[in-house]
Amino acid sequence: MVETRARPRVGLFVTCLVDLFRPTVGFAAVKLLEDAGCVVEVPAAQTCCGQPAFNAGDRATATDLARRTIAAFEGFDHVVVPSGSCGGQIKRHYPELLAGDPLWEPRARDLAGRTHELVSFLTDVLGVAGVDARYEGTVTYHDSCSGLRELGIKAQPRRLLRGVDGVRIAELPSAEVCCGFGGTFCVKYPDVSNRMVEAKAAEVAATGADTLLAGDMGCLLNIAGKLSRQGSAVRVRHVAEVLAGMTGDAPPIGRSPGEGG
Amino acid sequence: MHPTTHAFPENARRALSDERLQRVLATAGIGFIERRRKAAERLPEFEELRDRGRDIKNHVLENLDLYLERFEEAVVGQGGHVHWCATAVDARDAILSICRSVDAKTVTKGKSMIAEEIGINDHLEAAGLTPVETDLGEYIIQLRKEPPSHIIAPAMHLSKKDVADTFRAVHTELPPDRVLEEPTVLIAEARGVLRRRFQQADVGITGANLMVAETGSTVIVTNEGNGDLTQTLPRVHIVLATVEKIVPTLEDAQTVLRLLARSATGQEASAYTTFSTGPRRPEDADGPEQFHVVILDNGRTALLGTEFQEVLRCIRCGACMNHCPVYGAVGGHAYGWVYPGPIGAVMQPALLGLAEARHLPNASTFCGRCEAVCPMRIPLPKMMRHWRETEFAERLTPPAMRRGLALWAWFARRPALYHHAAGLAVRALRLLGGGKGRFARLPLANGWTAHRDLPAPQGRTFQQLWAERQRNGR
Repeated sequence: MVETRARPRVGLFVTCLVDLFRPTVGFAAVKLLEDAGCVVEVPAAQTCCGQPAFNAGDRATATDLARRTIAAFEGFDHVVVPSGSCGGQIKRHYPELLAGDPLWEPRARDLAGRTHELVSFLTDVLGVAGVDARYEGTVTYHDSCSGLRELGIKAQPRRLLRGVDGVRIAELPSAEVCCGFGGTFCVKYPDVSNRMVEAKAAEVAATGADTLLAGDMGCLLNIAGKLSRQGSAVRVRHVAEVLAGMTGDAPPIGRSPGEGG
Repeated sequence: MHPTTHAFPENARRALSDERLQRVLATAGIGFIERRRKAAERLPEFEELRDRGRDIKNHVLENLDLYLERFEEAVVGQGGHVHWCATAVDARDAILSICRSVDAKTVTKGKSMIAEEIGINDHLEAAGLTPVETDLGEYIIQLRKEPPSHIIAPAMHLSKKDVADTFRAVHTELPPDRVLEEPTVLIAEARGVLRRRFQQADVGITGANLMVAETGSTVIVTNEGNGDLTQTLPRVHIVLATVEKIVPTLEDAQTVLRLLARSATGQEASAYTTFSTGPRRPEDADGPEQFHVVILDNGRTALLGTEFQEVLRCIRCGACMNHCPVYGAVGGHAYGWVYPGPIGAVMQPALLGLAEARHLPNASTFCGRCEAVCPMRIPLPKMMRHWRETEFAERLTPPAMRRGLALWAWFARRPALYHHAAGLAVRALRLLGGGKGRFARLPLANGWTAHRDLPAPQGRTFQQLWAERQRNGR
């Protein structure tokens, strides 16, 4: 255990989808961070990062929610997000939203500098080289677009997964192609979104993997929903659940406890 | 071309249920992606070249008037003519009056997206002239009376068999029982037919990939050589270009050309790169007697100084659409007008207005692949978002969406209430799901559940569980 006074104080930005759909991911994040020697707090003043408003063109609401999030996470050494999408919103878009605001732009930049997506925080900031976990299965990994292209997350989750006992990795040929979620896109243009997630599901099946992992709940809900609609046996989980060794805490996404997995 | 951009959702649905089109789309785009990737990898300075391309165009856009005037001086100095056209109507009129001045009957055409933008073929036909497309893809779609579906591969939506069927139906002077299976045979047939057209042509119209200010040259790249025949054989060569195609020097042109071929087709250079500088000189062996450059604005300079200025860096390579998963799903025609894909999602609202084109910037997941491959580093997702902002400010966003957003934002601004409501919502969903792991149907969520299940929430929110853990001293 790291000495108490040297332990970094981390604020967990839970994200709406983890909060609502998959608390297990939040607890997996907490476990990974605590195991790596962090003190984790979850400010109750957080709600949503504001990305839905930002991408809907409602800049005023997005800016307002950005300010609230900035205030809620003042004072932490690091802010960690189990999502590349919400992480990208804070890191890349808050400074852009508040550019030119003499009071808030520096605060937005400060938060952006302290904010990290969960897995890349473990590897790139804390230098975690391996995790103490076991998962029996062949996994394939979907790179979420924001994590990949806004935050450069590609090798980090694979590096840690390779260290998980029992895991074999079968790469998805088009791992970098969007799954068709896209926030409100999937309900605004359901037919186009469907074609995209169909293609993704077909590729997942072709890898022969029994488990699909990713780092963003949006993609995971979308792909899990398509796979289960197709009657696929592939299990879908957030990568943090596997890395934290917490797959026993909840059935795969979209499965009931009775269905196991 | 009459836009159907407002009907994007219906266009997309039709495209998705068109099995023939889907078969073509499933294979057509993959080659482009692979070839571009390899070409970029082979060139160590590719990323640096992208920076240079971006910087050249940024400099040009800041000094557009200067370079356009310099270009005009050089063209006129070499005996050419420059026609300044503010609108599509002006450009059509300018071209028609040049054609009439030489009593033209047949007009050959190289590939030009601007020609599509101003609808020059229909205009010339209505005036009794015969425009003939000479780029193979453009020729095929002209025969089929279809618009292009891709900016560099206009017939990308067609299979080999579609092309064979078209040729058999139109080239009635050839034996009907001929075998048309191999691409080389199809190309040879088109070449034979077009050869006669080249010889008949009085005027040749080409686009311009670039205009070079210092030399007054226009530049086209092709892989078929049709552009050269279009511009050297007829008595009159008309170049149709838009204002932003200008670069200061030949060296700058070289930078852009190196980016263009690699980004478009993965070639190091196109098979033909042709510079046109003025009309035929006395000592020249061939070339046109007249050289005209029609320079069109059509709304572009209105973008200068706005958040959309950077889109004018576009060199029309098509990489954004090749890499776009939405384009890959629905093809180019669903976009309803000349420019499909991500570049179309930014350009169409600018050229047609947001009321016509509002769907396009919305029909994106912001996956960012377009920006990642754009040789000119145009922040396409950011610009699509700007259009959404304009749409929101002008209250064009659908009311249901606005109301939903407002309700959600009301809660998101009140953390205690938000957490309470979230707790109730997931509990209700949990009860509604009756312990099942997912919903096959859910009221108000048909957009989602029509195509996929909705995984059920675990039952309590993270915030509730975390608060409990804190109370229990974990």
